[in-house]
Amino acid sequence: MDALLELLQQDARLSTAQLAERLGRPETEVAALVADLEEKRAILGYHAVVDPERAGQRHVSALIEVKLTPERDGGFDRLAQRIARFGQVRGCWLMSGGYDLAVLVEGEDLREVARFVSERLSTLDGVLSTATHFQLKVYKQSGFVAGESHADERLAVSP
Amino acid sequence: MKPLQERIAKHVRDIPRSGIRDFFELVVGRDDVISLGVGEPDFSTPWHIREAAIFSLERGQTSYTSNLGLLSLRQEIAAYVEQLFKVSYDPASEILVTVGVSEALDLVFRALLDPGDEVVYHEPCYVSYSPSIVLAHGKAVTVQTRVEDNFVLRAKDVEAALTDRTRVILLNFPTNPTGAVEPVEELEKIAALAVERDLIVVSDEIYCELLYGGPDGMSPGEHTSIASLPGMRGRTVLLHGFSKAFAMTGFRLGYACAPTVLTEAMMKIHQYSMLCASIMSQQAAIEALRNGAPEVERMRRAYAQRRNLMLKRFDEMGLPCFAPGGAFYMFPDVRKYGLTSKEFALRLLEEESVAVVPGSAFGPAGEGCVRACYATAYDKIEIAMDRMAAFVKRLG
Repeated sequence: MDALLELLQQDARLSTAQLAERLGRPETEVAALVADLEEKRAILGYHAVVDPERAGQRHVSALIEVKLTPERDGGFDRLAQRIARFGQVRGCWLMSGGYDLAVLVEGEDLREVARFVSERLSTLDGVLSTATHFQLKVYKQSGFVAGESHADERLAVSP
Repeated sequence: MKPLQERIAKHVRDIPRSGIRDFFELVVGRDDVISLGVGEPDFSTPWHIREAAIFSLERGQTSYTSNLGLLSLRQEIAAYVEQLFKVSYDPASEILVTVGVSEALDLVFRALLDPGDEVVYHEPCYVSYSPSIVLAHGKAVTVQTRVEDNFVLRAKDVEAALTDRTRVILLNFPTNPTGAVEPVEELEKIAALAVERDLIVVSDEIYCELLYGGPDGMSPGEHTSIASLPGMRGRTVLLHGFSKAFAMTGFRLGYACAPTVLTEAMMKIHQYSMLCASIMSQQAAIEALRNGAPEVERMRRAYAQRRNLMLKRFDEMGLPCFAPGGAFYMFPDVRKYGLTSKEFALRLLEEESVAVVPGSAFGPAGEGCVRACYATAYDKIEIAMDRMAAFVKRLG
């Protein structure tokens, strides 16, 4: 299971046949494992990891620190799930430390993100405060270092 | 004026050109080639190790070190070797840090051999063994290992090669170029032979972390060093380094572990030729030994997957190949096509742009096989295997 997830986390485009070959397991077994992981939402989804600068994407991303009032039943869950469901929210994590939620928000431009924060996020009952940090440049995303080429510089034949 | 060629010492002149070099010339400059001819990892050195080297530079650590190497590194090596090989060495006097295992090989032969002394070793083998022995004015005596026998070195063959002039038995398991691993019972017989005939054993175990155990080849195997066998610690020079398991080839760092008298003799030569290994590399190596194990295992697992891929594809294309227990090489048998290993490799390169190394480059005993290295990206190996399948199909 770990080896399967490791392969998929590295390259989710691998076909079931390719996964089976690499793991040395029958294709049907691998297909069942993947289906099970998807079924129980251990695998949430698959996507390309994009460097927006190189892809020419002009949208902006911001990491927003949110402080919340926990609720008597369920703590932060209800409010956090409510925030996470907005389409603009790309990521949402409960954090230890000086604030409660880290919310990753994407928008067409600075104004759209600002509007989301002021109109949607901070007006929610239970949101005490927000602090917005805009991303300026990607150095690493989802385990991939940006801008790194993978040219093989080894001698073509060596002892 | 006497021709320059004649000024070159006879024993240097007599060393033939490397077969690897010949083949390299053919491949160089061609960007359509998928090379399975490489003898080093495709991974860059893990970042935390590179970062340790950078930090060492930032701290201004640019001096010589002790001739033996940094004591802190030798202590780490002693701990690592004890855990991996089950043999303990005193970091103060029994470990010498060298510029790769290559330097250690050169040192050990220069330290041990008088002119004409013989070193017995198994072929096919790493290309530098014979030259290292000859450059130390020794005589290289080879014992053939065979594809039919999965390239196991048989103690009886070693015994047959021993003479009154034999001083050293040189071993390399897992083996470059075959990937062979020596069965423990055979290793025990060789050890007994060394004790009985009072010989030194030089054991190059550079690939020992890269083992493929279990029925599917995915588990880390169990390595047995000849140094750990009864009566052997006192007569073994154990050679190991950082190039393969830690993917640190360019750092040029290896080490020799041996009883004090032998270490001292090697150090004598090392101090006047090399002085010491580079301090940045040594600092990086400390980090590698302290925190590198998870990365080593990650790379080993990747090699294991690629090994399985090659085994499966060779089997499907009808290319006979034994399942090697270690290193990152396959050594398939190409004799059934009626070509020499060099002809096979040349045609594969010309017709399908895949580079493998002719087995004959690793000594006459390698004739009939080619070395295909799987330290290359999985998807590249897939393409290379498709091309090879088309090639051998045409050969019929």
